[in-house]
Amino acid sequence: MITAEKAPVAGAFSFVSNASSRFGPWTVALALALLTLIPVTVVALAMLDPDQAIWDHLWRHVLPELLVNTLWLVIGVGIGVTVLGTGLAWLTAACEFPGRKFFSWALLLPLALPAYVTAFVWIGLLDFTGGLATWLRDSWDITWTPPIRSRGGVILVMVLALYPYVYLTARTAFQGQGRRLLEAAQSLGVSRRRAFFRVALPIARPGIIAGLSLALMETLADFGTVSVFNYNTFTTAIYKAWFSMFSLPAASQLATILIFFVLALVMLEQLSRNSAHYANSARGSGGARRIRLGGANAAMATGFASLVFLLAFAIPLIQLLIWTSDIMVSDLDARYFDFAWHSLLLAGLGALLVVSLALALGYAQRLQPTPGMQLTARLATLGYALPGAVLAVGFYIPVAGIDNLIIDTWRDWTRQEIGQVFGGTLFVMLLAYSTRFLAVGFGPVETGLARITKTMDEAAQVLGTTGMKRLFRVHLPMLRAPLLAAAALAFVDIMKELPITLMTRPFGWDTLATRVFEMTSEGEWERAALPAVAICLVGLLPIFFLVKHSDART
Amino acid sequence: MKTFKSMLLAVSLMVSGYAVQADEVVVYSARNEQLIKPLFDAYTKETGVKVKFITDKEGPLMARLKAEGRNTPADIFMTVDAGNLWQAAQEDLLKPVNSKILAASIPAHLRDPGNEWFGLSVRARTLIYNPNKIKPGELTTYEDLANPKWKNRLCLRTSKKVYNQSLVGMMMNEYGEDKTEQIVRGWVANQATQPFPDDTKAMEAVAAGLCDVTIVNTYYFGRLMEKKPNLPLAIFWPNQSLKNNSAGVHVNISGAGVTRHAKNEAGAIKLLEWLASEKAQNLYADVNMEYPANLKVKPDAAVAAWGTFKPNLINVAQAGALQAKAVMLMDRAGYK
Repeated sequence: MITAEKAPVAGAFSFVSNASSRFGPWTVALALALLTLIPVTVVALAMLDPDQAIWDHLWRHVLPELLVNTLWLVIGVGIGVTVLGTGLAWLTAACEFPGRKFFSWALLLPLALPAYVTAFVWIGLLDFTGGLATWLRDSWDITWTPPIRSRGGVILVMVLALYPYVYLTARTAFQGQGRRLLEAAQSLGVSRRRAFFRVALPIARPGIIAGLSLALMETLADFGTVSVFNYNTFTTAIYKAWFSMFSLPAASQLATILIFFVLALVMLEQLSRNSAHYANSARGSGGARRIRLGGANAAMATGFASLVFLLAFAIPLIQLLIWTSDIMVSDLDARYFDFAWHSLLLAGLGALLVVSLALALGYAQRLQPTPGMQLTARLATLGYALPGAVLAVGFYIPVAGIDNLIIDTWRDWTRQEIGQVFGGTLFVMLLAYSTRFLAVGFGPVETGLARITKTMDEAAQVLGTTGMKRLFRVHLPMLRAPLLAAAALAFVDIMKELPITLMTRPFGWDTLATRVFEMTSEGEWERAALPAVAICLVGLLPIFFLVKHSDART
Repeated sequence: MKTFKSMLLAVSLMVSGYAVQADEVVVYSARNEQLIKPLFDAYTKETGVKVKFITDKEGPLMARLKAEGRNTPADIFMTVDAGNLWQAAQEDLLKPVNSKILAASIPAHLRDPGNEWFGLSVRARTLIYNPNKIKPGELTTYEDLANPKWKNRLCLRTSKKVYNQSLVGMMMNEYGEDKTEQIVRGWVANQATQPFPDDTKAMEAVAAGLCDVTIVNTYYFGRLMEKKPNLPLAIFWPNQSLKNNSAGVHVNISGAGVTRHAKNEAGAIKLLEWLASEKAQNLYADVNMEYPANLKVKPDAAVAAWGTFKPNLINVAQAGALQAKAVMLMDRAGYK
């Protein structure tokens, strides 16, 4: 088994190194785009088979509400994660306040909690029947609690779950900036606040946007969190058509519309980005002085960071730990070692593959910065915006098709039955993960690469450093923080991933995430706490690693 | 050509996770791992036959069966809800099984008229009320909950859950679309709060006094009361004195069928027969406080304590056939 698992990773590495010299950037980009486009096309083919009755119904009775709901959710989450993520990133990257060191990594921790688990915990605490509301009613006769099962509630919880994407990418961007530009601006008489908005923020914009698009794509693809709130979004309609009306075609058609919408947004953002250049020559992060916050400002910074940490991570985790202690004795058995090991292995290998492919795609785009290439790169990263189960089916259908071809051919030749060749192998699983999470790796890598200017390459060339040598001696050290960020994001996302894991895992290959599924699908949320806590613990590893290594340089 | 074949074999061995084996049965299951594994372990212990299984949601499992076609490794498709089983049969994913044992063990209304699937446990959807707020005589039927006297007293789980879809489907069977829509509109109007994502939350709302009554599957009630025995909640069996097609408590099933392209058909049928047998039925139902499908088997003591009831005897396949229509009806009625 082990040999089969390592194969794709090794392959990916040689792919990267060969890519620029032998096959050319286009081969890389097209191959990666194809990997995503095949499942997307399988889904989109359903467009040819419209289910009129279901469409009429959805159009009249379902979509009007859902579109409004989805729009509000996207706007709310978009603003929320941008403000929260960027603000916290600035505080921990550029300022000094009590607890900064702790918060700089602790604020990433919500990534390790599946968003729907956070949602369930918060509803459990704040809803009418919840612990907090009951206590307020019984002890203080207070009958009002915040209406958590509401549009505001779902936006709030999703912001708390998703802001780390922006936090991470924005922080990487702020760290790369150095403070000299800011100091230069201030020395020109610009106030510190103005300098932030006029200098630091615009330069960090690509990083912020990269995190924001990840958060929004995840919001659009989310089904788990909105279900817990019973908040109907576009994804709800997709699953309703599929699971309740048994029309996979109608579901696929809706998913295709979703993906075109995302593609349009992404292209729009690309256009706006092309009109500006963000090459930042004033690097020199070494020895940069942090802005020392004093008095009330420092207290406010610490208070704000603590509040976010408590709401997004500490309180949900404590609740999970309480539930876990109730069921630990009956549910924790030796199999958890296997679950954790499977999760760790899949997430580790998957993250490695995702980052390698993202790096290859990033270089392809760097070497051929044409509009056609940019479109191809966007297409290759679209998998993240599709609801997971739809992508899983779109991916599995061609895999099964290839298997069927092999099995049938084999049968014709030898009159012997063989089992599936690719279905149920880790190879397929890892490939499927990379179609879903390439965007997660590509975002940080792309922004990281953009900060390496042509002049730096030219300087390297003058010094005789070209080709592979340049990649390893000049680029990789500069890409360290973005690559680590990409790997950490991909790792925790794969740890939490469900639909692809469920559909493509080999027999017996249950993971911590599939344990959460087994419990929650029959409503046993308290029992799901144990695997959720385990996901969190394993998910901490890359986050510690990431922060330790990316902070070492600043 | 020969070298190519042996190369192909070598490759297939390297990447393939499994090979066809005679002495095992492969199950695709949408019923949870913790509910089926104890049974499969017992079966293996008794017969020596290995049971390999993989769990997922019903929709993806069916899409997977379809994509794999005649080369699927699955011998059995197991799931909850008759609607899903009906759909699997509709898509030609299952094959008819003529087994005297299954026919004798499982009542006719709990299996497919074409013998493509068989119910293995019964899930009764009934009324749970707060005895501090409702007098025993007040509750009668599901339909009656649409009466304005229940205004602001009803809690509901979301219409997206299949249990509510099949309940509404069964009502359509008796009353037709228009009248059923009126009933559902009545429910919606009587809600004390927006629908809950699960049965347990709806019951907790009843216990907390937010509303007086809700519609849930009994095993959720059993689980909740096991954890919090002091909650002011009681069970009521509705529709007991009705004489029409809506008579009796609405029941759904978990069940299974043999896949159309099962490699080990004989082994699959044996496993189904064993699951329907008296010794397996207790375990099958008791792990989740459900009712055994085999009438010769008594439910668990905790379950039996809720009293006996008259179930609705219309074939559960009807709910499956009407499910898509029921969903549309609930959408029209504004049942979120």
